Amino acid sequence: MKWVRNLLDNIKPNFEKGGKFPWLHSTFDAFETFAFVPKTTTKSGAHFRDALDMKRTMTIVIIALLPALLIGTYNIGYQHFLSLDPTMGLFDDIWQNLWYGIVKILPILVVSYGVGLGIEFAFAQWRGHEVNEGYLVSGMLIPLIMPPDVPLWQLTIAVIFAVIIGKEVFGGTGMNFMNPALLARAFLFFAFPSSMSGDKVWIAEKADAFSGATPLAEMMTGGTMPSTSILDMIIGFMPGSIGETSVIAIALGAILLLITGIGNWKIMLSVFIGGAAMGLTFNYFGSNPYTQLPFYYHFLMGGFMFGAVFMATDPVTAAQTNRGKWIYGFLIGVMAVLIRVVNPAYPEGMMLSILLLNVFAPLIDYFVVDANIKMRTKRWKLKGGTNV
Amino acid sequence: MSNIITVKKGFDIKIIGEPENKISIPRVVSYAIKPTDFIGVTPKMMVKEDDKVKAGTPIFYAKHNEKILFTSPVSGVVKSINRGEKRVIEEVIIIPDSIQDYEDFGKESLATMNREDVVEKLLKSGLWTLIRKRPYAVIPNPETSPKCIIVSGFDSSPLAADYNILLKGKAAEIQLGVDVLKKLTQGKIHVNVSYEKTTCDELLKLQGVELNKFKGQHPVGNVSIQIAKLDPINKGDSVWYIDAQDLAIIGKLFATGMVEKDRIIALVGNEVVRPQYYKLKFGACIEHLVEGNVLKENNLRYISGSVLTGKTISAEGYLGAYDNLVSVITEGDYYDFLGWILPGFKKFSLYRTFLSGFLQLLPKENRKPVHIDTNLHGGKRAFVMTGEFEKVLPLDIYPLQLIKACIIGDIDLMEELGIYEVDAEDFALCEVVDVSKTDIQQIIREGLELMRKELGE
Repeated sequence: MKWVRNLLDNIKPNFEKGGKFPWLHSTFDAFETFAFVPKTTTKSGAHFRDALDMKRTMTIVIIALLPALLIGTYNIGYQHFLSLDPTMGLFDDIWQNLWYGIVKILPILVVSYGVGLGIEFAFAQWRGHEVNEGYLVSGMLIPLIMPPDVPLWQLTIAVIFAVIIGKEVFGGTGMNFMNPALLARAFLFFAFPSSMSGDKVWIAEKADAFSGATPLAEMMTGGTMPSTSILDMIIGFMPGSIGETSVIAIALGAILLLITGIGNWKIMLSVFIGGAAMGLTFNYFGSNPYTQLPFYYHFLMGGFMFGAVFMATDPVTAAQTNRGKWIYGFLIGVMAVLIRVVNPAYPEGMMLSILLLNVFAPLIDYFVVDANIKMRTKRWKLKGGTNV
Repeated sequence: MSNIITVKKGFDIKIIGEPENKISIPRVVSYAIKPTDFIGVTPKMMVKEDDKVKAGTPIFYAKHNEKILFTSPVSGVVKSINRGEKRVIEEVIIIPDSIQDYEDFGKESLATMNREDVVEKLLKSGLWTLIRKRPYAVIPNPETSPKCIIVSGFDSSPLAADYNILLKGKAAEIQLGVDVLKKLTQGKIHVNVSYEKTTCDELLKLQGVELNKFKGQHPVGNVSIQIAKLDPINKGDSVWYIDAQDLAIIGKLFATGMVEKDRIIALVGNEVVRPQYYKLKFGACIEHLVEGNVLKENNLRYISGSVLTGKTISAEGYLGAYDNLVSVITEGDYYDFLGWILPGFKKFSLYRTFLSGFLQLLPKENRKPVHIDTNLHGGKRAFVMTGEFEKVLPLDIYPLQLIKACIIGDIDLMEELGIYEVDAEDFALCEVVDVSKTDIQQIIREGLELMRKELGE
């Protein structure tokens, strides 16, 4: 790979101060460090460092998202053709389904990455920083939580909003307090509700005669049980956001995140515990059919699973203390089920639940850390310390 | 009659180049005292270039307390006083005589001496500077007295020297040293040893001390972790500590009246051909240790101290004031093609995103030594990952929060979060595992310095 290195070394001066394109410095740096991990060495402190860096961390998350992307893509096509011909079998025309899905999802991916990374590069250059890898994950998450028919211009506005207002105004990746991908979805949800809710949007170019209601919508409008079978929910062939439908695909991603240790198991587990606890509470006290729904249905429907694995675990916006993580995850599960069952306006509660807890995560951490501070002050006073 | 204390968190990183049990005496052509090794000390010179000195002759004193003297390890001639930026004195170089001549500090029996006599003898001989104080890891004020004194009897850092070898045959000196320490405090003298590694009677049979056996992985050998388990530091407390090998030097002073700053040190690391032990004096030049004993294919980094906390020196550099290790590892100044995505069979990582990371899951006895280099392995970023520091910091402290408090320089918050209980070295493993490649030890060190300047010692 010597020639790549030589090429980079040759054109590098153009992008440095005094070169032809100094305003592209961050962009060049991003591509250079993409090809080669830089030769920077340790200057202070520990003389050697772990080989893991932010690029690899983010890449692992993207790899974990690939199964959901793949099944989501197929499902776009399958749901579309199913709505035209309700007798169609799952594997009747694999290539047609897949091709239709690819044609639908590619523009969404291109817009998400193109717009988002464009803003990231511009901000990095403006600040004189290296381009941060955070958006590589957000750029993949955003398409996966969109309905397949989302208008691209709306998506563009949502991405701009999420990246600038959700992240860059606070200082970029690591400084934001709300999950940018969810913020993009929340923006669309409130700004363009007709593209983000109702029975129409969850199947691409749905035939009008076909119902197309998601299990969540069925439950909210007073169904006794979702019409989709448990098996279909697990494999992922039902209407919904692109990446959220397949429990299996998301579970594969979760396994990768947990084995590598990139995703936090405490948060994942506690979200499910919280959801189950709230579901069981409803089972016990509730009176309408929705409250009587077995709690595990909540994990299978809508974005619960996707949110628990990929959104709640975002380390920047989650609680940062270990104890805080348990509380944070648990409350996400509780709130998600609570919003689903009790709130009459929104069928899905996961998005709002995670955003809500994003806002409260610093407060949770505050109390956890404060307990540590109180312990220390108490120990000091026991030894005769005064004042403060 | 010993306490067994288990420390659960932490990690032993096994690195290629552990020393074999062999002690040589190398040729040393020059010595240096480096004032920068002593935190918070501004040197005031007491000698000029070309002055003749004896072993134990004061070279400079500390500006903040003129009683604290820093003495020459050998007799010889002051060759040069090297200054760095802003004329800060970096090294005082001494060329040794062929026959050593010692200052005489008297052989008065310890039993007849009171605390003032002992303190004065230690200060005059320059051996007071071997004792350090927490918080801040500074040389203590002789007018004060600590709540207890820790004798550090093992090192848990990677490639650490084996204290069984360092202390061999020094039982009498160490015991005398302990008796000296007893004059300095009303509190206990804790001797901290490793449950697994310490076998030498030099430590295990000491009289009049509290023997604590620590079980666990690095940083279990750091005094901060030990103090937190034994008697946590509160605001206003002070705990003194001294290395067991240095305690033998103090013992020897009281036995013979001479300052013999001898240390056994280990030359270690994955670029050393024959890693082994050497007997030499403080501040020795490492030139003849490493000459012909290091591999030549790569650029090398020479470190006085451990690979986690030591200072970079040159191949002709000098051993630091508190170090008993010289580590030599590979400079990582290479480009790594697509290094962030390839499986990584050979890279060092504690994360399982690399296949080699799975090997680190093995119990510490079965871990295979790894090859390390100084590459940063990525660019600096804002903090993103959380929960990783907690795994390697066995203190009841929130590391990320404390680091951030140090960055913003909020001294009230730093105090509340426990800055008094830590030193920069405790965060070395956090720094290693940090995905954002932050220089955490420097941040903590600057935080501590800010505290010390604002609030005094």
